[in-house]
Amino acid sequence: MSMQQRFDDSPMVRPSRRDGSAEPLVRFDQVTKRYGSLTVLDQLNLEVSPGEKVAIIGPSGSGKSTLLRALMTLETIDDGVIEVDGEPLTHMPTAGGHLIPANARHQRRIRGRIGMVFQSFNLFPHMNALQNVIEAPVQVLGMSKAEASQRGEELLAMVGLEDKLGHYPAQLSGGQQQRVAIARALAMRPKVMLFDEVTSALDPELCGEVLNVIRQLGEAHNLTMLMVTHQMGFAREFADRVCFFYKGRIHEQGTPEELFGNPREERTQAFLSAVNEAH
Amino acid sequence: MGELLPLMLQGAWVTLQITFWASLLAIACAVLGALGRLSPFAPLRWFSITYIEVFRGTSLLVQLFWLYFVLPMPPFHVELSAFSVAVLGLGLHIGAYGAEVMRGAIRSVAPGQYEASLALNMTPLTRFRRIILPQALLAAIPPGTNLLIELLKNTSLVSLITLSDLAFRARQLDQATFMTLEIFGLTLVLYFLMAQAINLAMRLVERRLGRGRIKGGLA
Repeated sequence: MSMQQRFDDSPMVRPSRRDGSAEPLVRFDQVTKRYGSLTVLDQLNLEVSPGEKVAIIGPSGSGKSTLLRALMTLETIDDGVIEVDGEPLTHMPTAGGHLIPANARHQRRIRGRIGMVFQSFNLFPHMNALQNVIEAPVQVLGMSKAEASQRGEELLAMVGLEDKLGHYPAQLSGGQQQRVAIARALAMRPKVMLFDEVTSALDPELCGEVLNVIRQLGEAHNLTMLMVTHQMGFAREFADRVCFFYKGRIHEQGTPEELFGNPREERTQAFLSAVNEAH
Repeated sequence: MGELLPLMLQGAWVTLQITFWASLLAIACAVLGALGRLSPFAPLRWFSITYIEVFRGTSLLVQLFWLYFVLPMPPFHVELSAFSVAVLGLGLHIGAYGAEVMRGAIRSVAPGQYEASLALNMTPLTRFRRIILPQALLAAIPPGTNLLIELLKNTSLVSLITLSDLAFRARQLDQATFMTLEIFGLTLVLYFLMAQAINLAMRLVERRLGRGRIKGGLA
């Protein structure tokens, strides 16, 4: 279904925005997340357009991963609203138009639009590569095993693992495991893909194969992507927009050229020069 | 000796049947008891804790006597066959220990498995059935094997509720023939063989559940 159709059918169409850009697919509105006295997300605002590739960088503890985890509903938020495709994720509107906390059904419906790849792969160790990929389509989407397997094979071929269908995670390298994890997330046909430091657990020589797959994915599909990464080179080349996180907020954002070439904020400059020195 | 064996084997067969059905019940009780203990729903948690503590904290023999001698009396009026009592008593008793083993095993499944299941939008039931349980069962096999062998050996108590199991047959034949050494020697061997059968069966289950997983490997 094209974006246009979807908006035409949707009763939730909102007036197009003044600047004429597309309605955001993901919207964080004043989102706050605290752990005790520690505020990890501090009234965060972020809008991501359909098809946009956003790289999120910043020092550890700045709330980067929490942002993705909150969007995946792995973390609850303390304040604010997250919207996906115009509908609130953790809340649902009542007939009177008020927002109340979402029930499990509403959350599952919205969550189905989001896919996530983790730093530690999190493949199911008791299933082979193909079984990992088809498990959710069969169990959650109710797809037939034959159809799911056919799509699963296509997806695994896309990530270059057509010869590893029957291999178990323990028999695959880290890079191969992460590529299976990407195929597994894609099998649920998400509109938004979240990549949470997906190369951080990999040896440098294995990073490349995973980044290549993500690069391909970005080119071939109009998939919206949010990526927390320490790979500045990849962020620069791949992202449409780079957000620099600091203390639970987006401290500075812009195109990769702007942010890497000419950072305005002192914190951003300090972070980038520290990262550059490390390499 | 030739006349002894058929009677001893009859006893062994009773022991084996009780062990088999009580094991199935124990495994079910262990999984459900563990789930109850981990439930976010407080009454379910209390129920499980009560079950575990009562059956773990009292003597198996007294539990069997209760089920067999006390339950048929007023105000309960529940009459069960000796075989049912044996299966029920042993299953519930070992299941209470097993529930604690399963709880540890479920806890040992990596948090990332829960997160990945949630990210793939699985329902809690699908997540438990397809992702968590197979991994937890694998982790529970070594201590679970111990418990099942314990169960087998505890079946010798059922002769006290009138069942003619292996231990009962041994004593009966000993009194009739005074071939004490032969009879109890054979009894030991038969129990040992049955314990080895449990061992073997559990190892096959472990191999099946652990397919593709290298011990201490990458996964």
